[in-house]
Amino acid sequence: MIDGRTTHDRPLLCVENLKVYFQSNGAPAHAVDGISFEVREKETVCIVGESGCGKTVSALSILGLIPTPPGEIVDGQIIFSGQNLIKLDEKAMQKIRGNHISMVFQEPLTSLNPVFTIGDQIGEAVYTHKQIEPEALFQYCVQLLNDVGIPSPKQRLNDYPHQLSGGQRQRVMIAMALACDPDLIIADEPTTALDVTVQAQILALLKSIQKKRSMSVLYISHDLGVVSAIANRIYVMYAGIMVEQGNTDQIFRSARHPYTQGLLASLPSLSKRGKRLHSIPGTVPNPAYKPKGCPFHPRCRHKILSCQKEYPGMCDYGGGHLARCPVLFKPKGYKG
Amino acid sequence: MNLAEKKLNTDFYIESPLPPKRTRMQEFRRLFAQNRLAILGLFIFILFFCCAVTGLFLTSGSRPIFDPAMVRLQEKLRPPLAKPNLDSLQPQEVPALGVYLMGTDDLGRDVFSRMLQGAWVSLTVGFVAVGISVLIGIFMGGIAGYFGQHHIRTDHVLFTLALILGTGLVIVNFVFIGTVLLLLCLAYIFYSLLARHGSTEKETPVLKAMLHSNAVSVDTLIMRIVDIMLCFPSFFLILTVVALLPASIYNIMIVIGLTSWMGTTRFVRAEFLSLREQDFVAAAKALGLSNFRIIFRHIMPNAIAPVLVSATIGIASAILTEAGLSFLGFGVPPPHATWGNILSNGKNFIFDAPWLTFIPGISILIVVLSFNLFGEGLRDVMNPKLKERH
Repeated sequence: MIDGRTTHDRPLLCVENLKVYFQSNGAPAHAVDGISFEVREKETVCIVGESGCGKTVSALSILGLIPTPPGEIVDGQIIFSGQNLIKLDEKAMQKIRGNHISMVFQEPLTSLNPVFTIGDQIGEAVYTHKQIEPEALFQYCVQLLNDVGIPSPKQRLNDYPHQLSGGQRQRVMIAMALACDPDLIIADEPTTALDVTVQAQILALLKSIQKKRSMSVLYISHDLGVVSAIANRIYVMYAGIMVEQGNTDQIFRSARHPYTQGLLASLPSLSKRGKRLHSIPGTVPNPAYKPKGCPFHPRCRHKILSCQKEYPGMCDYGGGHLARCPVLFKPKGYKG
Repeated sequence: MNLAEKKLNTDFYIESPLPPKRTRMQEFRRLFAQNRLAILGLFIFILFFCCAVTGLFLTSGSRPIFDPAMVRLQEKLRPPLAKPNLDSLQPQEVPALGVYLMGTDDLGRDVFSRMLQGAWVSLTVGFVAVGISVLIGIFMGGIAGYFGQHHIRTDHVLFTLALILGTGLVIVNFVFIGTVLLLLCLAYIFYSLLARHGSTEKETPVLKAMLHSNAVSVDTLIMRIVDIMLCFPSFFLILTVVALLPASIYNIMIVIGLTSWMGTTRFVRAEFLSLREQDFVAAAKALGLSNFRIIFRHIMPNAIAPVLVSATIGIASAILTEAGLSFLGFGVPPPHATWGNILSNGKNFIFDAPWLTFIPGISILIVVLSFNLFGEGLRDVMNPKLKERH
C-alpha cells in the first residue's frame, strides 16, 4: 500500500508553531493554534480533519494568501528551502507562488476564470515565471495537457472552462499547478467536488505525476479513504491543533489519539454492514471559544479530570508516531 | 482503497470525432443575428459613424463640398427637397446635390450640410466623454472593489488635502497661504523619507501614533466621493463649469466625462466585490500574479460586460447632454453647427419651418435609440454563460 516509503530526510517545508487568528466581533477566532509539521522532499503528506479545523487556513498561510484585515499570522515560522516565508515581502512571495509552491483548489468549477480559454490560463501560469516564445509556449501547454490526460489537447486549449467537465477542469487546474515545475504542490481537497470514479483518476494522476517529476505534495482532505491511498505521512488536525501524526500504517493500524480512533471507527465498511455506524458525539468547538485544556475533551470517551485543565503534550510512540493524548499513553509493552 | 493503485491508462483517450467547431466570430454573429433589434441598432450606428466621418471631410477645409456656413438670405426657410432658385444664386452658392435635401434655415444655410457637420460633433462628444468617464470609473471602481479593505493613514489624508488645497489657493491667487501649505507638504515628504531610513526609535510619540492611525478605508473614501458627486445635479454642474470655461468642444467633452463616471464606478465596484472572492482570483494569486495583473487581466474582463452596456447607453446620454447644452446656448460656439444648436435655432420657426426642429430632433432620437438597442444586444452576447443556452 505505501510504496516507495524511503527516508527523505531533508525537510522541504517546515512549519513551526504557526498561529493564525481571525479578528471577528468579540473574541478572535483561533483558526490555527500553534501547529507544526514538515514536508520532506518527494513525499506526500496529508492533513486530515473535519470541516473548520483549520486545514485550508494553514495551507493558505503557507502561500501568504490569508486575507488580512480579518486574518493575521500571529506567531510561528514557515521555512521553505531555507527561507522564512512569513518574513518575505509581497514581491518575493509572488516569485515563490506558482514557481516553487503551487496550489490546486477545491472547486474546479470556480477556480478557472470563465472569460479566458484554458490555453490562455495555462499559458499565463507558465509565462508569469518563465518568458518563452509563443510557439514554444503553445507546445508546452499541449504537453502539459497531455501529461494530465486530457484528450485532444490542441483543440481543448481553445475551449472555455464551461465547455469542460468537472474532472477535466480539475486536470486543467493540476496542469496549471504543474506549469512551472514546482517543488511543492498544495492540493486543497482537490477531489471533493468530483464523483468517485473521477476522484480515483485524479488521485492516480497526482501520484504518477509526483513520481515522474519528484515533487512533494501536501494533500489536504477530510476523506480518510483518499488519504490512505496516497499518503506517506499523515497529520490529524482538530480545532486548530495537530492531535496525531505518523505514517500511514501507524495512523490506520494503531491510532493513539481518541479523535483519530473515532474518525476511523466512523468509516463505513462492508464488515460493519447492518450495524449502526459509530459517530463522535458533539460538534467541533467554536474557534473563538475553545474549551480549556484539551480541545477534544468534551467529546472524548477517555477523558479524565486533568483533560479539562492541562493542555496535552505530544507523546512519542516511536518511529515518528506522535499523539497528543497522555491519557492513552502507555510507552512500554503496549500493543494496540 | 486500491483505486488509486491502478496505473492511469491514457490509451483509451482516442481522438474522437468532434462536432464541427464554430469560431468565436461565427458564434458572435449567430447570436447577434437572433437579436434583430440589436442588429438594427448596430446598422444605424455604423451608418451614423460613416456619415459623421465623411461629413467631417465634406464640410471642412477652405472650399468644402457641402458648406455649412454658406449664407443665402434670398433662399431662407426653403422646405426639404426644394430646388434652389438658380437665377438668384452665384454659381458657388448652389448646393452640391442641386437640391436642398433637408431644406434651409432662417439664414438660408443648407441644413443637410449642417447636419453632416453636427454628426461629427455628436460622435466625438459621445465617444470621448464616455471614454473619459469609463476610464475613470473602471480605475476608481477597481481600486475601491479590490483594495477596499485597506486603510489610508491619517497623515496621508492630511497630506493630500494640504496638497490639493495649496495648489488650489495658489491658482486662485492666495499665493502666500498656498505656498505655506505646499512647503508643509514638501517638509512632510522629507520628514517621512528621513524617518524611513532611521526608524529605530523604541516608543512612538502620541502625535505620531495619531497621525499613523487608520483614517478611512479606501472603499469608504472612493464611494463617498461618488456620493458627493452624485449629489450635484450634474446638468447644472456642467452648465456652471461650461459658463466659467471658454466655450469649446473639448471642454464640453471633458466636463461631460468628468461628471458621469460615478455610475461606472459603482458598477465596477459591485462586480469586483463579488469577483474578488471567487476562487479563480485566489488561484491567480497562488500562481504568483501581481495585484495589478489580477485586477486588469483577470477580474476586469469578467466585470466589463455591464460596463460596456452602460457605456453604449452612456454615449447616448452624452449626445443628449451635448444637444441640450447646445440648445441652451452653452455648447459648441455658434458658427459650428451641432444638432443641438440647429434644434435651438429652429424652435423659433417651428410653425413656419417644422423641418428645422424635426430633422435634428428625430436624428438625435434615432441615434440615441440605436445606441441603446445595440447596448442591450451587446449585453446578451458578451456573457459567455449565455452562449450555450441558445
